[in-house]
Amino acid sequence: MAELKVIVFQLKDEEYAIPVQQVRSIEKIQHITRVPRVPKYVKGVINLRGVVTPIIDLRMRFGLEEAEFSDHTRVIIVALDDMEVGLIVDAANDVVDISTEAIEPPPEVVDTSTAEYINGVVKIGKRLFILLNLEKVLKTEKG
Amino acid sequence: MDMNQYLEVFIDESKEHLQTINEQLLELEKNPDDVSIVNEIFRSAHTLKGMSATMGFEDLANLTHQMENVLDGIRNGKIAVTPELLDVIFRAVDDLEAMVVSIAEGGDGKRDVTAVVAQLKQIEKGEVVVAPQKSNAIQEQTYDEFEYTILKQSAEQGFHSYEVSVKLRSDCLLKAARVFMIFEVIEQIGEVIKSVPSVEMLEAEQFDDQFVVTVVTKVSQDELQKRIMKVSEVEEVNVQPVDLHRSENTVEQKEEQKEEQKEETKTVEQTVEKKQEAQEEKQTGKQVSNKTIRVNIERLDILMNLFEELVIDRGRLEQISRELNNPELHETVERMSRISGDLQNIILNMRMVPVETVFNRFPRMVRQLARDLGKKINLEIIGAETELDRTVIDEIGDPLVHLLRNAIDHGIETPDVRRAKGKPEEGTVKLKAYHSGNHVFIEIEDDGAGISREKVLRKAISKGIISEQNAANLTDKQVYELIFASGFSTADKVSDISGRGVGLDVVKSTIESLGGSVSIDSEEGVGSVFSIQLPLTLSIISVMLVEIQKEKYAIPLSSIIETAIVKKEDILHAHNQKVIDFRGKVVPLLFLKDIFEVPVVKEEDDFLSVVMVRKGEKMAGLVVDSFIGQQEVVLKSLGNYLTSVFAISGATILGDGQVALIIDCNALIK
Repeated sequence: MAELKVIVFQLKDEEYAIPVQQVRSIEKIQHITRVPRVPKYVKGVINLRGVVTPIIDLRMRFGLEEAEFSDHTRVIIVALDDMEVGLIVDAANDVVDISTEAIEPPPEVVDTSTAEYINGVVKIGKRLFILLNLEKVLKTEKG
Repeated sequence: MDMNQYLEVFIDESKEHLQTINEQLLELEKNPDDVSIVNEIFRSAHTLKGMSATMGFEDLANLTHQMENVLDGIRNGKIAVTPELLDVIFRAVDDLEAMVVSIAEGGDGKRDVTAVVAQLKQIEKGEVVVAPQKSNAIQEQTYDEFEYTILKQSAEQGFHSYEVSVKLRSDCLLKAARVFMIFEVIEQIGEVIKSVPSVEMLEAEQFDDQFVVTVVTKVSQDELQKRIMKVSEVEEVNVQPVDLHRSENTVEQKEEQKEEQKEETKTVEQTVEKKQEAQEEKQTGKQVSNKTIRVNIERLDILMNLFEELVIDRGRLEQISRELNNPELHETVERMSRISGDLQNIILNMRMVPVETVFNRFPRMVRQLARDLGKKINLEIIGAETELDRTVIDEIGDPLVHLLRNAIDHGIETPDVRRAKGKPEEGTVKLKAYHSGNHVFIEIEDDGAGISREKVLRKAISKGIISEQNAANLTDKQVYELIFASGFSTADKVSDISGRGVGLDVVKSTIESLGGSVSIDSEEGVGSVFSIQLPLTLSIISVMLVEIQKEKYAIPLSSIIETAIVKKEDILHAHNQKVIDFRGKVVPLLFLKDIFEVPVVKEEDDFLSVVMVRKGEKMAGLVVDSFIGQQEVVLKSLGNYLTSVFAISGATILGDGQVALIIDCNALIK
């Protein structure tokens, strides 16, 4: 039985999960420099220990309403291929081991706007984790 | 033996040797009678041959070997140095280079070299005799009675006796140490009975580069040789079994021999001294070679990044120290600031590479071009030690090649034309590099025909680059600039040397993309100077920090002409575009807060802060809210996620740790 370690984070009412391999670090929110003329969900860039790192507001990426940053707001720095990007989430909750067999395909009822960013869902006890498809999230829409 | 670990060293060293050969061949062409140059080439070729044979690159070794034979002929005065002969050798070197490149790229280094080899052979034979073999036959060993007895007894006990002739590399530095290592190797497997010169002399480095030891051992001839070859800087090992019969005879002649040997050692000592003197002389004449290590540029980038973090924290510390007003803390922070300042200079300097790395391939190219075009050209290189950032060095090669080709093809006239004009037949092309302020200048100067204003204008008009009315008003400089326009070629005849006019505009744009500029100065009939101005480094640039509402942006100083405060009522309108009259010129105004969609929080006042920027001849005024000041910043990319942001060329991290975006003025001016 293959185990998968995932980082669990909160976005609105749902809990999402990303495999730890894709996560570089979790940061508190810091000053973001706005970058002009980029998609709305790209909040700008931050100075991540000397590296200029772009930041995406995941709520806006999923078409959810914007929220004020709170003490719980975190930036999850993820890496995909040669890109490093920060994702703004409401809170980073947990690190959880899940078994790959427990992953189910995304249910039809899930909101269509977010459906394409989802790899599947996992239910552990009473909690339901939505597995994020990072590639889709980071894909820049042309035009 | 696993060769892979040596492959990189092999490739590096081969390239160095080939470079030496190239340089020395050019020297040789100038001084065909200088045997020391031939020796230099021979040495490099010989080492190359040895290395490639060891690494198993047969073609490489064969070709080098053939070249060596020809060189040997030259050295011994059997073959005369002619340009034709050098052509063949150069071709051979080209082939060698191609093979090394192929090996470096993971290929097998194989190449069809039969044509060149045949040519070399022809030269070798055609002139006179085959070059005589180098006299590296082993010196005959003689043994006294005592030694002879030992040898005999060992033979009876099943030991083998060998005479081992070892030749060290001529550039071997610590010969005594090598001898010691060789003896140690031998003593692990056998015993040294005798050595010539004596062990004492060997230890005192009183020998040329060759010595012979007699060894009794149980291992085979081959193994003995292999073991000794493993000691580095050993060029050649020759193992021969001791001929006991011959030795027997010699014992009888030992009295005479002894006398002779004494004589011999004397002469040896003398020659050694002479040699050392000669070597010292040579060394002072040679360039001082610094000890260096190779470091991956990525590591330097990481170092730089870490250092920048330090700088940011330093900024914070300075602020805290000011607030706390504690003299001790203050002092410490100040010291730290100074040290980190020095550190920054060192780190930046580490990325600097002398332009020599680009320049040193030009003499060959120029020679070839000159021969192809039937011109006589002397290339002078000045300031090859001038240093530039690695990233700039990597980009500057092609533009320089182009400008040089241009100077040789279009600039320098053919010998008969030059003679008719009363100029020396040989044209001079000067390639000059020097530092000035925060820039490096590279100039390509020729004493050729210069640029003809009329010709350029005629061409430009016929190509539709400018109109006839405009042409009359242009200054000479502006006319020369026209040859950088795309689709321009002044040579009456298109040659394959400097292309079809697709080049110079590319040259200009490449240099501009590096943050540099190129200008031309010329006098018809006297010559032209192409001058390239480059920033010292691409990673650190001078910027002007400005504020737009609450956001900070950086504008590269290289595009800024000046700053100005403009009254609102001075703004004019033309074609829906706000413009101002700036020193008699109509300059369009660009409101950055609109272009960058900056959230408005402040009211506009009656005065506008304008940064005047330019791109080539075009100008624009960037309207900002306030000027913060000039600063040196580290250029950073926005990462791979945000690849093409409009009018933003990168970002930088300010002292307070925040990111400021760098404005790309070239994108703003159309």
